[in-house]
Amino acid sequence: MSSSTKVPRNDAVTQIASKSLWIRRRSFQMVYEAQQGHPGGDFSAADILATLYFGVMRFDPRKPNDPGRDRFVMSKGHCSGAFYAALAAAGYFPEDELKTYMEPLSKLNGHPNRNYLPGVETNTGPLGHGLPVATGIAIAGQLDNADFRTFVLTGDGELQEGSNWECALTAAHRKLENLTLIVDRNRLQQGARTEDTATLDPLDEKWRAFGWHVEMVDGHDHAQLLDVLSAPAKGRGKPLCVIANTFKGKGVSFMHDNVSWHHGVPNKEQYEQAMAELV
Amino acid sequence: MSAVEQTTDELFDCRESFAQTIEALAAEDPRIVTVVSDSVGSSKLGGFRTKFPDRMVNVGIAEQTLVAVGAGLANGGKVPFVSAASCFITGRAMEQVKADIAYSNVNVKLIGQSSGVAYGELGPTHHSIEDLAWLRLFNNMKLIVPADPWQTSEAIRAAAAHDGPVFVRISRMKVPALERSADARFEIGSAETLVEGDDATIIANGTMVHRAVAAARLLADEGIATRVVNMATVNPLDEAAIAAAADTGAIVTLEEHSVRGGLGGAVAELVATTNPVPMRILGFPGFVPTGSAEFLFDHFGLNPAGIADAVRQTVARKR
Repeated sequence: MSSSTKVPRNDAVTQIASKSLWIRRRSFQMVYEAQQGHPGGDFSAADILATLYFGVMRFDPRKPNDPGRDRFVMSKGHCSGAFYAALAAAGYFPEDELKTYMEPLSKLNGHPNRNYLPGVETNTGPLGHGLPVATGIAIAGQLDNADFRTFVLTGDGELQEGSNWECALTAAHRKLENLTLIVDRNRLQQGARTEDTATLDPLDEKWRAFGWHVEMVDGHDHAQLLDVLSAPAKGRGKPLCVIANTFKGKGVSFMHDNVSWHHGVPNKEQYEQAMAELV
Repeated sequence: MSAVEQTTDELFDCRESFAQTIEALAAEDPRIVTVVSDSVGSSKLGGFRTKFPDRMVNVGIAEQTLVAVGAGLANGGKVPFVSAASCFITGRAMEQVKADIAYSNVNVKLIGQSSGVAYGELGPTHHSIEDLAWLRLFNNMKLIVPADPWQTSEAIRAAAAHDGPVFVRISRMKVPALERSADARFEIGSAETLVEGDDATIIANGTMVHRAVAAARLLADEGIATRVVNMATVNPLDEAAIAAAADTGAIVTLEEHSVRGGLGGAVAELVATTNPVPMRILGFPGFVPTGSAEFLFDHFGLNPAGIADAVRQTVARKR
């Protein structure tokens, strides 16, 4: 599986588009059936996840503990619907397993657990945990002069947690060029807009001030995501922060940029309308 | 009566044993790294840094990052020993300890240095008399409170050999080396009986163990044969040793920790639900007043005379 270098760019973009649509549809079905989940954030992250698993990362789902694998840390663990769908699509476990999402004794807990599922690197759920753990993974790679990369996806509201800024200093100090942070910048946190809650802008300047290399992309543009995430890390001399501008609920008209879909769940009519739009 | 005596009057800082052992282990196992939060000196890791400069990760004064980076290093195949003052590595980073280490069940060793009231006059912000109560809730995390330099060294070796999360609680309070038989071994989850006796049992750990031995000597002189059990592992408990202690009919627990939720709480949970016998839990009642560690031990009766008193009172309640 993986590595964009082996696939022509246009083919990769086509595949990523198809997988991101599948992740949206499958995760929304999971949320509908479980009547629980965080579909708005699933949809803002779907294109990023599809790009990582189907265009960027080097991994073999049959060897989930391969020391040389690229790592992905899902810091916004509440968007487990999209994450599990992406893992299943990438071959880590059978798609059938997705039907058990949040059922009693399911491996698909509301927030991911590495002891239940291959492909989960660390247990997340409380915010501000993914980047510090990913920093540790990247340090391990740096100590061994290994060539694997570590990617971590955070929400934007999540950046209000101080733990991110602690380790932003550490990662920059150690010049962790093998570490890539992707911020799902959908501008909505659980209850309101980020900028109406605890201002994050200018977010790019904050990361630059902390010593990171920053790129801004349209987080729903697969070609942009592919180019920025698959650009060579070697020689950059800094950790990379990709601010992916996204919309919560992207792909469904009535969910688009609507805070009530942070953890809103669809009724039958809404589910059918959404699936009709997700084509 | 006593199987154990102090070998000399010499006192030891167990942090030195930790440092010597981790240096020896690192020389044998390239996976071993240390992680610190500007806590090189207080962890006695200056020698490690000199010998293995590339295998020490200093994240700065950032305990959340400290613990999380440990989890990440384990993911990358390292065996990280994450070392900082016990009050901060637990209290400041508790959610990282819970989610990133315990719940994720990763192979990280947390070393809580200068635990208990070792920082004396610096006060309760720097004391760590809550750490065992907090960590005991994580059922998969081994908790070890060694009593002397030999046991500290053995505990660090056992932690390195165990695949999973371990917390080792180390003091900067100097303690004597306890005398042991030549075939003495340390095993996670196995208590050691240092003094035999069937009238009562003191279950102690860490810096309190040698005080328990001294109290047992006082009691022996007046005919109360008091067993002293060094319960160095708080999780998992040596349940057989506690059952045997209950058979003596009176138990006094003793720890450099709050009386709430630590070793005493752990023993009481087991004793109350299996074979209830009169118990006393010795330790600190909560935040303590200003004073040196030695002053605080005396002030709260954690000296041989105070411990002996508690045993007498508990024996008087025997049924």
